[in-house]
Parts: sequence; C-alpha cells; structure tokens
Amino acid sequence: MNILVCLKQILDPEVPARDFRVDAARREAEQGSANLVTNIFCENALETALQLRERAGGDVKIMVLSYGRPTAEDSLRKALAMKADAAALVLDEGEGTPDPLAVARVLAAAIGRLGEFDLIMTGREAGDWGAGQTGGLIAEELGLPCVSFVDTVEAAGGLLRLKRQTDTGWELIEATPPVVVTVTNDEHNVPRIPKVRDVMMSYRQPLTKLTPADLGLADGARAAGGYYEVAELFVPQKEASCDFVAGDTLDEKVEAFARRIVEVTRGM
Amino acid sequence: MNDVLICLFAASGFDKAAQGLAGAGRRLAGELGGGLRAFVVGEGAEALAREVARVADEVLFADQPELAEYQPETCLTALAELCGSLRPRAVLLGNDTYSQEIAPRLAHRLGGSAAGDCVEVSVAEGAAVRVSRQVYGGKAQAVLELKRSPAVVWLRARSFQPAPARAEGGTVTRASLDVRPDTRTRVVERRREESGEARLEEARVIVSGGRGIGGPEPFETELKPLAELLGAQLAASRAACDAGWVPPTWQVGQTGKKVTPELYLAVAITGASQHMAGISEARTIAAINTDPDAPIFKHCRFGIVEDYRKVLPLLREKLKVLRTED
Ligand SMILES: Cc1cc2nc3c(=O)[nH]c(=O)nc-3n(C[C@H](O)[C@H](O)[C@H](O)COP(=O)(O)OP(=O)(O)OC[C@H]3O[C@@H](n4cnc5c(N)ncnc54)[C@H](O)[C@@H]3O)c2cc1C
Ligand SMILES: Nc1ncnc2c1ncn2[C@@H]1O[C@H](COP(=O)(O)O)[C@@H](O)[C@H]1O
Repeated sequence: MNILVCLKQILDPEVPARDFRVDAARREAEQGSANLVTNIFCENALETALQLRERAGGDVKIMVLSYGRPTAEDSLRKALAMKADAAALVLDEGEGTPDPLAVARVLAAAIGRLGEFDLIMTGREAGDWGAGQTGGLIAEELGLPCVSFVDTVEAAGGLLRLKRQTDTGWELIEATPPVVVTVTNDEHNVPRIPKVRDVMMSYRQPLTKLTPADLGLADGARAAGGYYEVAELFVPQKEASCDFVAGDTLDEKVEAFARRIVEVTRGM
Repeated sequence: MNDVLICLFAASGFDKAAQGLAGAGRRLAGELGGGLRAFVVGEGAEALAREVARVADEVLFADQPELAEYQPETCLTALAELCGSLRPRAVLLGNDTYSQEIAPRLAHRLGGSAAGDCVEVSVAEGAAVRVSRQVYGGKAQAVLELKRSPAVVWLRARSFQPAPARAEGGTVTRASLDVRPDTRTRVVERRREESGEARLEEARVIVSGGRGIGGPEPFETELKPLAELLGAQLAASRAACDAGWVPPTWQVGQTGKKVTPELYLAVAITGASQHMAGISEARTIAAINTDPDAPIFKHCRFGIVEDYRKVLPLLREKLKVLRTED
C-alpha cells in the first residue's frame, strides 16, 4: 500500500497573542522571532500513517509532500526522521499566499507525478489560515472520494476502515481505495518526536524537488486559482477586564466567586 | 440568479444553528435582491421542511432511501445536482461535521469558491460575496472576497440572528433527485458520545477543564458534580482531550465546538488563542487558575487565582447555600 501525506509548514501557532503582529498591507502575519513548524494536523496525519504501517507490517510505503518556500524542506526532513520513506517538495516561488484552490491544484498535480497512492492524507486544517479545504479540493481535482476528521485508519482485506469524529460521537467508514482523508487529533495520534540524530541524518536522505513549472503549471498556479482574495487582515482589539475576586481567606474568595456565578446564572 | 440556498440536515431539527443559517441567508438574499431557498436532506426531512417554510420562500426536501442517512459521496452528488438546477448565487451551510466535509467539494463541483467558519457574510462592491473569519488560531481576523460563483460558505450559524417569520409561508416540495449510491465510501457504524443530554453547542452554562485538571478522575469527581449543580454541560480543552481524559466531542475551540453559553467556566485552562476561538460568543467567561498571568484572565469577567482542587469542593458548598437563599 502506498500512502501520501501532505505537510504544510506554518508560522508557529503557539506564538502568544501579545507577540503576534500582522502586516496589514501585505495581508500576512509577520514572522518576527517565531519559528516555522509543521502544522500539527499534518503531523497527526503522518503519525496515523506510521501506526498503520507498523500494524500492517512490511509493504506499506509512506511519502510526504509539501508545497512551500525552501524552508519547508525542514518539515519534510523532520517527517523523514519520524520514518516516512520518501519526501518531495514543490517550491513555491510566487508572491504572497496562494489560495486553497491554487494549493490543491499544485498538490494534485504533484501527486499525479509522484506515483499511485491508495491513501492520500491531509490535516483537517492548517493552523495559520485554517481554510480546512485542501483535502476536499485535492479529492475533487483527482476525482476521488474524501472522508474528513479521521483519527484512525486500518487496512482490512483490500479495504480501508476509517474511524472519524463527528459532532456527536464517531463513525466507522469503509472505503475502497484510493481515497483522500483529512485527519484530526485524538489521544492515539499524538505525533512521535524524532531523535535529534535522526533529524540530522535525514538531511542526507534524497528529497525530490519540483517546481509548479515542472508540473505543467507554468503560468503560476495562483493566476489559475482566482478562488478568493484576502481583502483585509487585522488583529481585533478585545477588551475585557477581569475582576479577581477579593478576600483575605480562601473561604472569602470562593464565597465571592460563588456569588458572581449565581448572579450570571440567575433565572436559568 | 441571485438566490441564496441554505442546506440543512433533517436529524438536527430547527435548532439554533438552522435558525441562524436561515437568518444569515435571508439577509444575504436581501442584499443580493434574490429569494431564500432551503434544502433539507435526510430521514424526516419533510417535517423540518415545513418548519423552515415559515421563514424561507421555497423549501425542497429529499428523504429518498439513498439520502435517508448521511453518506458523504452520495449526499455531495445530490447537493451538486440540486444546485446545478437551482443555480443559487450563494450556498450557506452550518459548521457541523457534514457541512464542513462537503462544502469545499461542492464549491469545486459548481465552479464556485468556498470559505468556512465565517462569522459575517455580505455582498461587496462589484457583487462579490465577502466573508469574515478568524485566522491564525483566533489571533487575527480576515475578510475574504470570494471570486467565483456560487459562493459556498459554512458559517458559525449559531452566532447569527434568526430570520423573521413570513406572513405567507414558503412552498414545500419533494425534490426528485436522480442519485445512485456511491459506495466507494460507506458509513457502517455510528455512535453517539456526548457530555450530557443536550448538545454542548446549545448549552447555557458550560464547565470546562484543561490540562491542569491532571487526569480523568477529577472530571468525574470534581467537575461533574459542579456541572450538575449548575445545570451545566461539561467540556474540555484540546490538551485534556488529547490526553484521553475525556472524549474528543468535548473539545472546545478553533477545531472543536464553537459554543455560545451565558457562562463559560474555565477550570485549569490557559486560554490559548485556539481555545478562545471557540468561546468568543460566550456572554460571560470566568476562570479558576493558579497562574495570575494565564491569558484566559484577559478574557474573563471574573476569576480566582487558586488551585482548583481547593476551590471546587468549597464552591459546590457555597453554591448550594446561595441557591437555597436565593
Ligand atoms: C491548529 C491548532 C488548533 C488547536 N485547536 C484547539 C482547540 O480547538 N481547542 C483547544 O482547547 N486547544 C486547541 N489547540 C491547542 C492550544 O494551542 C493549547 O495548546 C491548548 O488549548 C492548551 O490546553 P490547556 O490550556 O488545557 O493546557 P495548558 O496550556 O497546559 O494549561 C494548563 C493550565 O492549567 C493551570 N493549572 C495547572 N494546575 C492547576 C490547578 N491545580 N488549579 C488551577 N489551575 C491549574 C495552569 O496554570 C495552566 O494555565 C490547537 C492548537 C493548534 C496548533
Ligand atoms: N502548501 C501545502 N503543502 C502541503 N500540504 C498542504 C499545503 N496546504 C495545505 N496542505 C494540506 O491541507 C491541510 C489543510 O490545510 P488548509 O486547507 O489550508 O486548512 C493541511 O493540514 C495539509 O495537510
């Protein structure tokens, strides 16, 4: 079985709100001193794939793919250190942020070039723009079915058994490959942390590099997209001032806290 | 065509989300100079269709066997076929699992543009549909202009005002859709796993626990009795869900439930922006946290800087007493 996992490198989403700035004119976040990291849901997807391979034994191959700036190579190297089998980078040389359709077209074209896959995995959404669209759009570009919010994948006699989260619980879905899935987090797919040595060694492993032009998207994938445009980007000003309940003893403080709760829940 | 089509799943009924969706749809249709149509799909669709007809101009419903239960591919194909003949200018959906799953794909099939988790939707100059949504884990807000038609938008539907009832109800028609089941994917089992009787999204009081709770037991022994006392639903941060202490359905935030309670009590939760993204519509936020600098306090009306293990037993006693005095 061949699995392809799409990885997106993003600005570290753990940057605290007080250090976060946007460049309103370019409609992008400022990197400042923040790191670039692999989007967590992509790592959840890779972890889910790795566990599938461990359970299935030998004949499962996992390839990771990213479309991004040259720095995205670090995300792919980390994935190799987590023991993905192969990696490919499509270099984004355009201006600004490509929209979801442009991204999906590049990724779909790359997937077509890189091989035949039974399972294509993306994260449920990226922690920067949070579009939550790429998986579904790749499926449409490739004419494949798609299942979202998956947290577990098992191979069972030529079929894939997918467990996925819903608003009210979960569903079990049987899929005939090839299929696209978007992955969400659960307690079982918390990504493993690669050894430092493996990360270093991963830089010696081969990595396929492509450009959109190599994929026949010569006119710049963005122009072909024209899906949506970011008209404004800003940091909203919120004001709230917290009353820390006062009191000399714990008892007094909790009493005051309880009174505030009763106040706001009165009549419910 | 300048109509707006809203899509509803029969199983959810005419809940706050469906009502908000109709409200958003009606206002957008007004801006576009078109009508409001609704599509209701699933077993029992007709009953919901009749309710929705009080606020929509035309309601189509589909309850045929292939569509009685949600199956991703079949439902998507049906919806694409319906939109292909109705040709709406905008399609609005809620931010439930199924809507999120099919919306971008629907946009692709119709040659349109999708955007999700939106809190505003309107018409810009030049008639493009404009939406507003949180980005960067709730740290920033973006306004997007959708370039293609139709605009397929999934909304934080509960944040929108409902639509006014019409003097004359809309028409209700069974849609005859030519759908063949697409069996490449099949839902073979469905399970419910909820934090209580009611849906978290509809809860008026929520008691939520984070990583600082320390394990699954205190959710049972400390938070649950408090929730019962307050008639509250239980919820959690991602950290608590990822630790396996509580089910993923309890997760509140950017990638969890978007909730709208009167009171949200955050216990041992830092208040990361991604968590706050799920509670921006809460009327009052209060917190119990040992760290006075925890970001959660920046969003709180009131708070207490103490160990929750000391606070909760006492708090339950105080609440019982105050309740009887009240
Ligand atoms: C793309 C993305 C999406 C995400 N989506 C979500 C989401 O939907 N929902 C979500 O919640 N998170 C989400 N996160 C994760 C989020 O960034 C935080 O990591 C998470 O919310 C932290 O959970 P926490 O506050 O429970 O844990 P921690 O950050 O570990 O905080 C624990 C808190 O408990 C306090 N504490 C400890 N012991 C006690 C005690 N005895 N009494 C009182 N207080 C105590 C501490 O002071 C601390 O403030 C997402 C992250 C990313 C990158
Ligand atoms: N530039 C990219 N390169 C590789 N994968 C991507 C890229 N953008 C999005 N994805 C994948 O699509 C998922 C959802 O992203 P989004 O639709 O942008 O929220 C991510 O978790 C990735 O798996």
